Amino acid sequence: MSDLHKEVSELEGRSATAARLFDIRLIIGGLFTLYGVIVTVAGIFVSDADMKKAEDVNINLWTGLAMLALGLFFLGWMKLRPVEIPPPSAADAAGPEK
Amino acid sequence: MQSPTYYLAEGLRLPTNGLDYTILAIYFIVVLGIGFAARASVKTSLDFFLSGRSLPAWVTGLAFVAANLGATEILGMAATGAQYGVAVVHWYWIGAIPAMVFLGLVMMPFYYGSKVRSVPEFLLQRFDKSAHLLSSVLFAFAAILIAGVNLYALSIVVEALLGWPQWVSIVVAGFFVLAYITVGGLSSAIYNEVLQFFVILAALIPLTVLGLKRVGGWDGLSDSLTASKGENFLSAWGGTGIGDANPLGANWLTIILGLGFVLSFGYWTTNFAEVQRALSAKNLSAAKRTPLIAAFPKIFIVFLVMIPGLVAAVIVPKIGTAGSDLTYNDAIPLLMQELLPNGVLGIAVTGLMAAFMAGMAANVSSFNTVFTTDIWQKYVVKDREDVYYLRFGRLITAIGVLASIGTAFIAASFSNIMSYLQTLFSFFNVPMFVVFIIGMFWKRASMKSGAWGLVAGTTAAMVNYFWIYKQGVIDIPSDQGANFVSAIVGFVAGAVVMVAVTLFTAPKPEAELAGLVYGTTSPGMAEPPAEGDDAWYRKPALLGWGAIVIAAACYIPYSF
Repeated sequence: MSDLHKEVSELEGRSATAARLFDIRLIIGGLFTLYGVIVTVAGIFVSDADMKKAEDVNINLWTGLAMLALGLFFLGWMKLRPVEIPPPSAADAAGPEK
Repeated sequence: MQSPTYYLAEGLRLPTNGLDYTILAIYFIVVLGIGFAARASVKTSLDFFLSGRSLPAWVTGLAFVAANLGATEILGMAATGAQYGVAVVHWYWIGAIPAMVFLGLVMMPFYYGSKVRSVPEFLLQRFDKSAHLLSSVLFAFAAILIAGVNLYALSIVVEALLGWPQWVSIVVAGFFVLAYITVGGLSSAIYNEVLQFFVILAALIPLTVLGLKRVGGWDGLSDSLTASKGENFLSAWGGTGIGDANPLGANWLTIILGLGFVLSFGYWTTNFAEVQRALSAKNLSAAKRTPLIAAFPKIFIVFLVMIPGLVAAVIVPKIGTAGSDLTYNDAIPLLMQELLPNGVLGIAVTGLMAAFMAGMAANVSSFNTVFTTDIWQKYVVKDREDVYYLRFGRLITAIGVLASIGTAFIAASFSNIMSYLQTLFSFFNVPMFVVFIIGMFWKRASMKSGAWGLVAGTTAAMVNYFWIYKQGVIDIPSDQGANFVSAIVGFVAGAVVMVAVTLFTAPKPEAELAGLVYGTTSPGMAEPPAEGDDAWYRKPALLGWGAIVIAAACYIPYSF
């Protein structure tokens, strides 16, 4: 094996990303649920001027509901299929930062 | 693919209110939060630069498409739509999809399997130090330049839309990017790109829907544009016969060879800011699927930029001409101002800001990797412990961001020099692809041929563009068309020189080529597929060919 192979394989063995990195689905789900609620509420209290501007579409309501649905989809996906954390590597047992 | 410099018209100030600013503020908090939450996962330099090669394919795939979906790309492609019409689809369906599929299906086994951490590192393994150093240094410069230009473009757009002084947005956006990448590394950059992908969709979809409604649907849109601009404006290939005149200034042959083959393959398969996303995937199957998963949204994103561009051309028929204050780049900001009420407007502003920051972050996070592993670790301070390179990576990230802030301020005073430099660097991408393709498929290609191919191809493309085209030796109708032709010239020159140099110099020893050249495999790459990777919808061949078929089918309604 080449030196590069050895070096990168050794670093992969000590890598902490797989074990410690949080799940991005939580952030997407949380942010879009929050945005969805905010924009949907703006759509519920829509003004005539806003309706006129947006070609008589209650765009806040529709966009808000769609964002809410996307947010809940990600939260649900995370709940149903949680990430399997790989068994801790030898380096983890030895403590952080070598 | 290359971002022009932006001038937005005055009078585009958006009627933002507290609701919109709340939405924007929440986003900035989340961006920082991702950075600090990712910090715990950074233990080695590989975690910092490549997320420990452990991310799932859907994450790297969406980051792959988002890294390209910077705001300069979004505004620029909407501008292309407003200027040239439906022909903008070429940049997506022929100028991106085939190259992305090629990267996933053909090149990824060599890239990922060889365990290289960057695109220049592959050149070091396959060729020699001169090819490596040349491409590393040029990439590092170009990345900082593009990051700075992104930042400058952001400041112009934010000044026009929100009224912030330019220096405020340069410093604020630069600071946020610095914070989240220095702390969280590539994982933080990639996670923010995934988030940005969804926010930009949430911004562009309502804009497209309302824009279409405003002009009477697709039928109303095509009727008024046919009346004002002619049939060819709504056709992908109309007027592209060789010798015919069309606004793009290119014929079908230069579109297919120049844009579809050389430029697009050069960008998508050798630009490290893109390839890095695939190299951070958790296994070979996920790495192959990264550009393939990205290809599907890429096929359809064109509608979300083209339609606002076309709608703008209907609403303001004189857009981009001397008769109007508005330039083509104003298409999307114009529709935001005209159509979006507060709330969705906040989402759209957030989406644009996010896209600018992601475009900058993709360059910064690839710059720090190349500078640390390819330049510093190989030529300056060698053989130190890993913690040293991790610390150095964080330091150089901060320095890189400060340098791009400086570049943004220089761009603000000398924007002509900047666009000139960008054109210069764009010619370096062209021979990269020829060097890769010959290096990967021709075992005999010698160690020295790599560097010579790079130099010859770059020089030929530049000579063609700056001398033969700019001095009028040959008549090419537009900059765009000349760009395509220069790419083809650079490719051919690079290939010829590589073959010639190979004939007179020594090949790389066979043993060192394992896993780098077609027909060889890396030692230890026969790892068993991860559980679930054999599902039919995860088969790379199906995903790749599926994307090609869909992209080809998309052409049908715009071709006859």
